[in-house]
Amino acid sequence: MPVKSYREAITETLRQEMRRDKRVILMGEDIVGGMGGSSGVFEAAGGTFGVTAGLAAEFGRNRVIDTSITESAIVGAAGGAALTGLRPVAELMFIDFIGVCLDQILNQQAKFRYMFGGRCTVPVTIRTLMGAGYGAGPQHSASLHGMLASIAGIKVVTPSNAYDAKGLLATAIRDDDPVIFCEHKFLYGESCEVPDGEYLIPFGEANVTREGNQVTIVAFSRMVLLANKVADKLAKEGISVEVIDPRTASPLDKDSILESVEKTGRLVVIDEGGPYCGMASEIASLAACEAFESLKAPVQKITPPHTPVPASAELEQEWIPSLAKIEQAVRKTLNANLQKTG
Amino acid sequence: MAYDPLVLLDAYRRMRAIREFEERMRREVQAGTVPGFVHLYCGQEAVAVGMCVHLRDSDYIGSTHRGHGHCIAKGCDIGEMLLEIYCKQGGLCNGKGGSMHIADLRKGMLGANAIVGASPPIAVGAALSQKTLGTDGVAVSFIGDGASNQGTVAEALNMAAVLKLPMIFLYENNGYAEFTGAGYHLGGGQIAKRAAAFGMPGEAVDGVDFFAVYDACARAVDRARRGEGPSAIEAIAMRWYGHFEGDMQLYRDPKEVDRLRANSDPLKKFEERATTEFGIQADELREIDEEIIELIDDKVAVAIAAPKPPREALYTDVYGSY
Repeated sequence: MPVKSYREAITETLRQEMRRDKRVILMGEDIVGGMGGSSGVFEAAGGTFGVTAGLAAEFGRNRVIDTSITESAIVGAAGGAALTGLRPVAELMFIDFIGVCLDQILNQQAKFRYMFGGRCTVPVTIRTLMGAGYGAGPQHSASLHGMLASIAGIKVVTPSNAYDAKGLLATAIRDDDPVIFCEHKFLYGESCEVPDGEYLIPFGEANVTREGNQVTIVAFSRMVLLANKVADKLAKEGISVEVIDPRTASPLDKDSILESVEKTGRLVVIDEGGPYCGMASEIASLAACEAFESLKAPVQKITPPHTPVPASAELEQEWIPSLAKIEQAVRKTLNANLQKTG
Repeated sequence: MAYDPLVLLDAYRRMRAIREFEERMRREVQAGTVPGFVHLYCGQEAVAVGMCVHLRDSDYIGSTHRGHGHCIAKGCDIGEMLLEIYCKQGGLCNGKGGSMHIADLRKGMLGANAIVGASPPIAVGAALSQKTLGTDGVAVSFIGDGASNQGTVAEALNMAAVLKLPMIFLYENNGYAEFTGAGYHLGGGQIAKRAAAFGMPGEAVDGVDFFAVYDACARAVDRARRGEGPSAIEAIAMRWYGHFEGDMQLYRDPKEVDRLRANSDPLKKFEERATTEFGIQADELREIDEEIIELIDDKVAVAIAAPKPPREALYTDVYGSY
C-alpha cells in the first residue's frame, strides 16, 4: 500500500471529492494565492501549508476560490452556500481566527437545521489548523476542539494520522451537517499507509491504536502519537497500555472509552486543549459518571496549563504535554489504588 | 418606467397583507396571545415588496429581526408563518424558530436573523451558489440601518465585489437602531455612499414610495442577473412602531408616528399614484383589502387553536445524523 503524508492524504481527498461532486468548492485565504500580485504566478501559495496545492490548476478558480482576509465572510458565505445547493469546504487558516467569525458557526450554521425545523441541510466543512509547537505564539497555536465540541449542531473532527485524515475528511464533505475538521499542523509531515481509492471513516467511532489491559489512555490529534510512544516504551517493561483515539470530539465514541475503562480500571486523558471545560475534563467526567465502579485509581488529566500558548520555544515546550509527563501519569495511576467502601 | 397593472395589484396585495398582518400581530401582542418578541414592519412595506416583486422563488433573500414583511413579500404562506410565530406544529420551522428565526427555503427565504449583521455573509453565500451553479438567480440581503455598521456587512460587501456576485444589498434605514437614532449612529450619515468604496452602484431612495423602490430594485436585480455584479440601495422609510412591540419608545417624539401615518403611509402613496396614473381602480384595492382581512382572521384563529410541538421535538433536528 502506498505511504502518504497527512498533508498528501488531505490534498488527495479534496481532489477526490471535487472530482466526485461538482457541488464541492473550496474557499479561503491564499488557498491558491497570487491573485493581484505582480509576478503573474498562477499558484503562489496553494494554502499556507500547501494543502490545496495543485487543485486550482485542475478545478479552476471558480471552484477553488481565493478570498480576502475576511473570516466572517468566508465562513458565513460557506454556510449560505451550503443552504443553497453547494457543499463548500472553507479554510480557516488557524483555529485561533474563530474569534472573528464564531457567530457564523455558533449562532448560524450550528442552529440552522434546528431553528428551521429540520427543513434544511447544512453540508459545510470548515478545515482549520490547530496546535502548538511552531513558535507561532498565542494567536496562531490554539487547540479549541473542546470548546467547539460543546456546541450542539456541529461536528468536530480531530484526525491523528494520514489514513484517518483521508477517511474522515471524505465523510465530512459528504456529511449533511456542519463539520469542523481540525488539522494539527505538526502532523502534516507524518506518514502512514493510505489507500489510493475512496473510503469513509464514520464519525463517532474510536480507533484503538494500542491494545492493552492495565491502563487506558484517551488522546486526541497529535497527542495520540505521544500516547503511542509511551505505550510502546512501557510495553517493554511489561506494562500493558491501551490507547484510544476517539477521532471525533463530537460525536464522541463513549462506548469504546467506557468499555476500555471497565477493562483496565485506570484512565489517563491527554489533550492539547485546556484543563477546564475541555475534552480532557469531558472524558474524566464520563468515567466518573458512567464507569465509577470500575475505576481503581483517580483519573489523570494531562493537558497544557490554563494559559495561552507562549511564543518562547522553551516555554512552549513546557506548555505542550510531554512524553515524560504522560509516562509519569501512567505510572502514577498504576501505583494508586482507590479505597472504596460500602 | 411602465408598470404592468397585474404587477401593481400583486404588489398592493403583498403590501396590504404585510400591513394587516403586522397590525393584527400588534393587537395580539397587546392581548397577550403571542409568545416571545415581534418586531413590526409597518411603514416599510414598500421596501420589501418593491424588491421582492422582481424575484422568483429560486432567488434568495436574507432577512433581519424585522422579518415578517420580507417573508410575506417573498411569498411565504401566511398561515404557516402564523403557526410559526405562535410556535405551533406545522409552522414554517415547526415551532422551533419563532418570529425572529422564521425561514422558508422553498421560497428562497434564508431566515430572519436575531443576530444583527449576521445575515449578509449568508446571503453572499447564496449568491455564490447562484454564480457557481450557473443560474441567473440573485441573492438579496436586507440590512437595517443598525446592522449596516457591523463589520460583517463590510466583509460581505467586499466579498460580493471581489467575486462579482449577483447580489443586492438592500439597506432599510428605518430611522432607529433599537433605541438610537440613525442621526447619531451612522458614521458618515448616508449608508448608500458606502457602496462606492466597494466599487458598486449605491443609491438612496424614498422607501415609502413603492415606485421609487421598484425602479431602483429593477436596475439592481437586472444588473445582477446580467452578471455585472453587486449593487446597494438605501431605502429610507421610518418604522411606525417600536424596535419590538411593547417598546416604550421613550427616544421618540410621540407626534412623529402621527406624522408618519398622515404623510408617509406607503399604501396610501401607492394608491394615489396607482389610481390616478396607472389605471388601477380603487374598488379593486378594496376587494383585496377585504380578502386579506378575512384571510388573516382565519389564519390567526387556526394558529391560536393549533397544537403545540410534542415534547419529543425538543431533541429532533439538531443534526441530520449523529
